[in-house]
Amino acid sequence: MVLALLQPAAVSASPAAAHPLAGTAASLVWLLPLLPLLGFVINGLLSVVPAARGAHVAVEGGAEGHDDKHGGAHGATLAPNARLVSLIGPTVIGAAFAVACAIFFAMRAAPAGAVATPFVQTYGSWMPAGELRLDWAFQVDQLSILMALVITGVGTLIHVFSVGYMYRDPSFARYFAYLNLFVAFMLVLVLGASYPVLFVGWEGVGLASYLLIGFWFTERQNAAAGKKAFVVNRIGDFGFLVAMFLMFANFGALDFAGVNAGAALLPTGSAVATAICLFVFLGCAGKSAQIPLYVWLPDAMAGPTPVSALIHAATMVTAGVYLVARSGVLFALSPVASLVVALVGALTALFAATIGLKQWDIKKVLAYSTVSQLGYMFMAAGVGAYSAAVFHLVTHAFFKALLFLGAGSVIYALHEAYHATHRDEQDAQDMRNMGGLRRFMPVTWALMWIATLAISGVPPFAGFFSKDQILGAVFARAHESAFTATTLAGVGGATWLYLIYGVGLVTALLTAVYMTRLMLYTFHGANRTGEGERSHLREAPWVMTAPVAVLGVATVVAGWLNLPEVVHHVLPLGTVGALDRWLAPATTGVLAAARVRPLAPEAHLSAGTEQALIGAAVAVAALGIAAAVVLLRRTPLVPKDDDTAAESGVERTLRHAYYVDEALERGVARPLATFSRVVLWRGVDTGLVNGLLVRGAALGARGLATLGAAAQTGRVGSYAWVVAVGALFVIGLVALR
Amino acid sequence: MIVETLVVAAALFAVGLVGVLTRRNALILFMCVELMLNAVNLTFVAMSRLHGGTLGQAFVVFVMTVAAAESAVGLAIVIAVFRHFGTVDLDRISLLRG
Repeated sequence: MVLALLQPAAVSASPAAAHPLAGTAASLVWLLPLLPLLGFVINGLLSVVPAARGAHVAVEGGAEGHDDKHGGAHGATLAPNARLVSLIGPTVIGAAFAVACAIFFAMRAAPAGAVATPFVQTYGSWMPAGELRLDWAFQVDQLSILMALVITGVGTLIHVFSVGYMYRDPSFARYFAYLNLFVAFMLVLVLGASYPVLFVGWEGVGLASYLLIGFWFTERQNAAAGKKAFVVNRIGDFGFLVAMFLMFANFGALDFAGVNAGAALLPTGSAVATAICLFVFLGCAGKSAQIPLYVWLPDAMAGPTPVSALIHAATMVTAGVYLVARSGVLFALSPVASLVVALVGALTALFAATIGLKQWDIKKVLAYSTVSQLGYMFMAAGVGAYSAAVFHLVTHAFFKALLFLGAGSVIYALHEAYHATHRDEQDAQDMRNMGGLRRFMPVTWALMWIATLAISGVPPFAGFFSKDQILGAVFARAHESAFTATTLAGVGGATWLYLIYGVGLVTALLTAVYMTRLMLYTFHGANRTGEGERSHLREAPWVMTAPVAVLGVATVVAGWLNLPEVVHHVLPLGTVGALDRWLAPATTGVLAAARVRPLAPEAHLSAGTEQALIGAAVAVAALGIAAAVVLLRRTPLVPKDDDTAAESGVERTLRHAYYVDEALERGVARPLATFSRVVLWRGVDTGLVNGLLVRGAALGARGLATLGAAAQTGRVGSYAWVVAVGALFVIGLVALR
Repeated sequence: MIVETLVVAAALFAVGLVGVLTRRNALILFMCVELMLNAVNLTFVAMSRLHGGTLGQAFVVFVMTVAAAESAVGLAIVIAVFRHFGTVDLDRISLLRG
C-alpha cells in the first residue's frame, strides 16, 4: 500500500531532477504546510488534554471570558499551558517563514532566467481514476513562493500579536490551533500544483475561517456570522467545482501544466474558456468577497481582531486574486470574462468604499475597506495585469494587517479600560467611544497614520505604488489590448476600461476620506471613552506593538519593490519594476510557454501620460484627506449613548450598507425558509414522505391484514367449503388442461 | 363391473361431501368423512382389481388404520368440546375467528 503510493513519486522524480531548483532548499517545500500543521496538532492536543483534568478552571474562565466579544478576556484565570502555547504557535509559523526565505534565496541564487518553469514536487498519487491522474504535488514558482512569504511573514507577526491580544482568553490553545491550521491550509492553497490540491487548501482555509469567526461561539451572533461565511462561500465553491469539472471534461487534466497546455489549444474567445473563467470567478467572488458574495466579510469581523487581520484582510481573502492570476492562460483566452472580472472588481471597490464612509464600528470600516481594496486587485487581475494585482495584494497585506492590528490595539485598550471600571457592556469597537487616543497610544497612532497614508495612495508609502500601477495598467489597456476589440452589453471594451479607471479614481478618493475619518474619530479630537476610563487608557504591551511596528516598516518600503520608471527619476528608492521581473515567469512566462497571446502587451504609456496619472492619483488622495479633515471638523461627535444626530436618507442608507443584508434577508433567506417550511417540510417531508409513504405503507398492510383476518371465520363449515371449492378448482384445472 | 363400482364410490363420496358441507353436527360430520374415506377405499379396491395388482388393497388397509386412529382422536375431541361448550353444533363454536 505504502509502496504503491510512493511509486509514482519515484517515477516523476526523474524528470524533475533536471530542474535547476532540484536539490536546493526548494525540495523542502513540504515543510511549509507541515510546520503549521504540527503546531495545529500540538496546540489542538494542549487545548483538549487539560480540559479533561482541570475542567473547572476552564469553565470558570469561560464564564468570565465568553461574554467578551472583543478579545483580551480579563478572567484572572489563564488558559492552561498558555506559556507553552504562546511559544509553539508563533514559532512554527516563524520556522515556516524561515523555510520560505530559504526557498526564496535558493531561487534568487539560481542563474537568471533558469527558473522559467515551476518546480513541481510530487509526493504521491491522489486520484488515479481512468484517464484522470491527480497527484499530491506542490509547485514552487515565483508566484507561489511570494504568496508563501507573505502568508508566513505577516502570519508570524500576527501570531506574535495574538499572544498579547488573546493571552487571557480561556481558549487560548484552541485559538492558536485554529490559527496554525489556517496557515497550513493557506500554504497548501498557494503551493498546490493542481486545481484540486488548491481546492483542498481553499476549503481548509474556509473551515479555519469559519472556526475563527465563530471563535466566541457562545454568543449567537458570532456563531451566525461563521455560518454565514460558510454558506456564502459554498456558493462560490460550487462555481469553482463546476469550473474544475469543465476543465477535466475539456482538457482531461487538472494540474496547472495540463490545464494550460489544454487551454492553449482553444481559440481566443472560445465559449469553453469563457464559461470556465466565469465559474472560476464565481469561486473567487465567494472567497474574496466580491459582489454579489461579499456579504459575509463584514460579518466575519465577529472573530478576534488578529483573525480579521490575517484571514480576512491579508491572506485568505486574496486567494481569489491568486487563483485568477494562476489561471492567467484561461483568462487570456476570454477577454469577455476578464472584462467581467475587472468590472465586478471596480463595482465592488466603489460600492464597498461608499459603505465604509458611514460605519461606526472601527472593524466594519476596515472590513468594507478590505472588500474595496480586493475590488482593486480584481480590477488589475481582470485586465490581465497580474503583476500589479499581486503587487497590490502584497502591499495591502502589509498595510491592512497593520490597520487591523492597530485597531486591535485600540479595541484592547478600550476594553481594558471599560473592564477596569466594570462597564464591560460598553462597545469597545465603536468609534463614537474613542477619540483623542493619540495622547494615550502614540505608537499605534503613528503607525496607523502610516498605513492610512499608504492605503490612501500617498507617496512614498506602499499603497501609492501598487494602486498607481493598477490604475496605470487599466488606463494603458484602454488604448491597446484585446479588450479594445471586445464588447460587453453592447459597449466597447475601451469605454468600459475608461469607466473602470474613473471608478478606480473615485474609489481612491473615497478610500482617503473614510480612512482619514477613521483616524480622526479614533485618535484625534476630544476623548469620548468616559471620565472614569480615561485614566485606564494606555498603549498595548510591546508584544502587540512590536509586530505592528514591523508591519509599519514593511508598509513604508514594500512599495519600493516595484518602482515605476518616472518615480525612480525623482525618488531612487529601489530598482525599477523588480517585482514585475520577479513574477514574469509565473505571469507572462506561462502565457508565452502556452503560446497564448496575453490580453495586453506590456503597458507602455508615455512618460507624460504616466506623470499625469500619478499626479491625478496623488491629487485625489490629498483631496480625500483634506476633505475628510475639513468636513469632519465641523461635526463634533457625541458619545454613542446620546447620539441623536439626525441623519439624511443617504447617510442612513450607507450606514445600513445599502440595506443589502436586509434585502437578502427578505428576498432570499426568508422566502427560502418559508419555502422550506411549507413546501419541503410540511409538504414533502411531513406530507409525502411521512404521510403518504411511511404511514401509507402501514395502513395498506393493515388493510390487507383485515381482509385476511375476515377470511378466518372460525367456522369449520366455511373452511370445508373453501377446501371443497379449491379442490374442485384444481381438478377443473387439471381436467381442462 | 368397474363402472358400476366407480359410480357407487362416486355416489358415496358425493353423499359424504354434501354431508360435510351442509351438516353442523360434529358427529355427523365425522360419519360423512368416514363415508368419503370408504368411497376412496372402494375406488382403490376396484382399481386394484382392474390393474391386477395388490398395491391398492394395501393402501386400503393403511387408510382404514389411519381412519380408525382419526376417529379415536376426533371422537375424543368431540367429547372434550361437548364437555366444554355443552354442544357439538359447529356453528356455535367459532373461537378461532380472525
